[in-house]
Amino acid sequence: MKKKFPKTRNYLMAVAALVAVATMAMSESAAAQEKQYFPIASSRVGPYSAMGTGYYGAQIDYMNYVNMNGGVNGVMLTWQECETEYNAVKTVECYQRLLEKDGQRIVVFDTLGTPGAYAVINRMADDNVVLAQYGYGRTDGADGRVWPWVFNAASHYWSQIAVKMKFMAEQEGGVENMRGKKIVHLHIDSAYGREPLPAMRKIAEDWGVTLVEISIPPPGLEQQSQWLQIRREQPDWVTFWGAGSGMNSTAMTNAARVGFPRDRMIYVTFGAAEEDMYPAGDAAVGTYAVANALPGDDYPLVAAIKEEVYGAGEGNLADESRVGSVYWNRGLGAAVMWIEALKNAQEMHGKVGKAVTGAEFRDGYEALNMTESRLGEIGIGGMVAPFAISCANHEGAGKFAVMQWDGEKFQQITGWEAPLDPAYIRRLVEDSAAKFASENNITPKSC
Amino acid sequence: MNSKFSFLGYTKGDLFNFIALLAVALVVVPLLVQSEYWYSSILIPWLCLALAAIGQQIVMGYAGQLALGAAGFMAAGAFACFNLILRVPDIPFFVALMLSGLVAAAFGVLFGLPSLRVRGIYLMVATLASQFFIIWMIDKFGWFKNYDTSGIITAQDIVIFGKPFTSPQEMYFVIVVVVTLLTILAINMARGSTGRNWMAVRDMDIAAESMGISLLKTKLQAFAICAFYCGVAGALFAFTYLKSLEPVAFDIKLSFKILFMVILGGLGTINGAFIGAAFILLFPVLLNSIGNNVFHGAIDATIISSIEQVVFGVLIIVFLIYEPLGMAKLWDNIKQRVISKIAPKSEPLKQKKT
Repeated sequence: MKKKFPKTRNYLMAVAALVAVATMAMSESAAAQEKQYFPIASSRVGPYSAMGTGYYGAQIDYMNYVNMNGGVNGVMLTWQECETEYNAVKTVECYQRLLEKDGQRIVVFDTLGTPGAYAVINRMADDNVVLAQYGYGRTDGADGRVWPWVFNAASHYWSQIAVKMKFMAEQEGGVENMRGKKIVHLHIDSAYGREPLPAMRKIAEDWGVTLVEISIPPPGLEQQSQWLQIRREQPDWVTFWGAGSGMNSTAMTNAARVGFPRDRMIYVTFGAAEEDMYPAGDAAVGTYAVANALPGDDYPLVAAIKEEVYGAGEGNLADESRVGSVYWNRGLGAAVMWIEALKNAQEMHGKVGKAVTGAEFRDGYEALNMTESRLGEIGIGGMVAPFAISCANHEGAGKFAVMQWDGEKFQQITGWEAPLDPAYIRRLVEDSAAKFASENNITPKSC
Repeated sequence: MNSKFSFLGYTKGDLFNFIALLAVALVVVPLLVQSEYWYSSILIPWLCLALAAIGQQIVMGYAGQLALGAAGFMAAGAFACFNLILRVPDIPFFVALMLSGLVAAAFGVLFGLPSLRVRGIYLMVATLASQFFIIWMIDKFGWFKNYDTSGIITAQDIVIFGKPFTSPQEMYFVIVVVVTLLTILAINMARGSTGRNWMAVRDMDIAAESMGISLLKTKLQAFAICAFYCGVAGALFAFTYLKSLEPVAFDIKLSFKILFMVILGGLGTINGAFIGAAFILLFPVLLNSIGNNVFHGAIDATIISSIEQVVFGVLIIVFLIYEPLGMAKLWDNIKQRVISKIAPKSEPLKQKKT
């Protein structure tokens, strides 16, 4: 027994020495250059893994691609990953862990989850970190006067539900035909599932639509009683607000079982991915979904990443065929905004070729102006709606495209659609932000 | 927090340990630990969950009632604290904290009632009701959340005697004070007649009843105290760690975690609650940082994340097989071994003194 210990000890020491040498070598080579550090608060395991692997995989792939092409004006991108499991408590821990690396602070944080975003949202102003909610999270963050550090470009949930209701009205032949119609909002029973309701209730009331809210307790794999209720209610439309491939595909198979037509269901952006549709098989055909970043691998940037990053064996996704899928492209859309904001920040503050601080990055993010031609230059023209962010408006485009699942892939049905009355949605956002500001003694900044 | 080796009354060793631990918590840690990460992500959640685990320990480890639903009581405490601070003007934080513990205790009594009729695994199912009912109630009635549209509300700042406690280190001090006081209380209850009654009920309730211990009183008391501890822990957890209140944060998974903390830490020990909380909370963090720092790039990140969970699960099984009495017992064994190694050297010294 006694002889065994020295061996183990030697072995352990050897491993420790190796690790130390390796980390030293790594940090030395990195220290030679200016670098900018980004956090990857990924969610790769658990029911939301399809979302997390695709989205964060794309962010890493794009940063690799930028580094391969000389970085951002010579500034190399570094990143560190932390697993949150789409859990608010773990997100807080990850946020603190990722906050600093080699003396450099993160400039942006992306939780890809409304619960996680709410858990860290109040730390942003103190820590000088931008909370980039790419189409999720706290909706009234769109009011930059109350939330200078929070952004929900591209496009928040209230715009999303308004676009969906506009689509229904178009299918029914106009808003006047919506009177007396019935919509079921079938949602996961969480803050995320309820997030669109304030806007939805208001629009339904204005249009004379009966709104029935039916909730599914998480994780949402058990939906039979809810679908029986839907069969009784006989709604004209169902807006489905689920999370995770299991819940999303179960809804379609249940709809098929009670005979509810799939082309009367509109899925939320976080249910609108290939991974959510495949498990339901034929039951998924005809389902509508909306997108803030369209799938497809023929966009020049996607093709270039495939060739350079995956060609060199540096790709983050184990399954290369997922490059160009909904979640991957959404992650790419988010990462492109980081890098464009970084470029802006470098230029605005005379730091071209140097790392920027959180405050400088925030200015760069707020100055984002992704015109049609700029998106084309980057190589994602048509993948996301053109948008600009301003001091007051942190939402960006506020537009969504409707897609329909044909059994193999999504077919785009509409172009980039804005709500019927964007000013109305904006008013709701401002009211909600003003309520928050008065409750928390925040003086909105003037823009 | 405190020693378990002498069971009746406080020995010199107990007092020494207590003072040493207090010195570590209030002097050594603040002097040595500067990084905010350690306060806000390790120490604060650890102490909060350890407090909840003490609650679970009382009802399960001491009173022997297999209850599940600690997270429900935590939610009750957290939302009670939010509403007290919101609606009662100028209420001192500690008063709000204790009152929210009492609100949770009321729920504890309510959901402890089934324990008079059912026991064992059936009681566990019955107490699950607390978990779902409390969360449902908070979700259903907007009043609890002050009609916030999103359902996630921001916790108020902690203000004590006009001074805001907002930095991680300041909040750590608040928690240390609360946890220390409640731990001493728990140890005293466990050692006194209250704890004796609990243990008598745990070991054989018919025998306990025939000796004049009221089952009704003892069981409900254990449930109430358990819920009180969980409620205070929940309020602290929401106000210092999450800084927001959201019913989903107190889901069934958290209840299971607290249950595992107690089982792995060692049933019927107070220090087991602290050790178990540290293991359940910190080990995944450790595995995650090892996975990311050592194997970063070498193995696919998705596989690393999955391996972490496998390793954690295997470790739990290994612990339960080789040390079914929990980590508190393991800690005692290590201590005994170290003492027995040092003892031959120190014994002559002691003899000279006497």
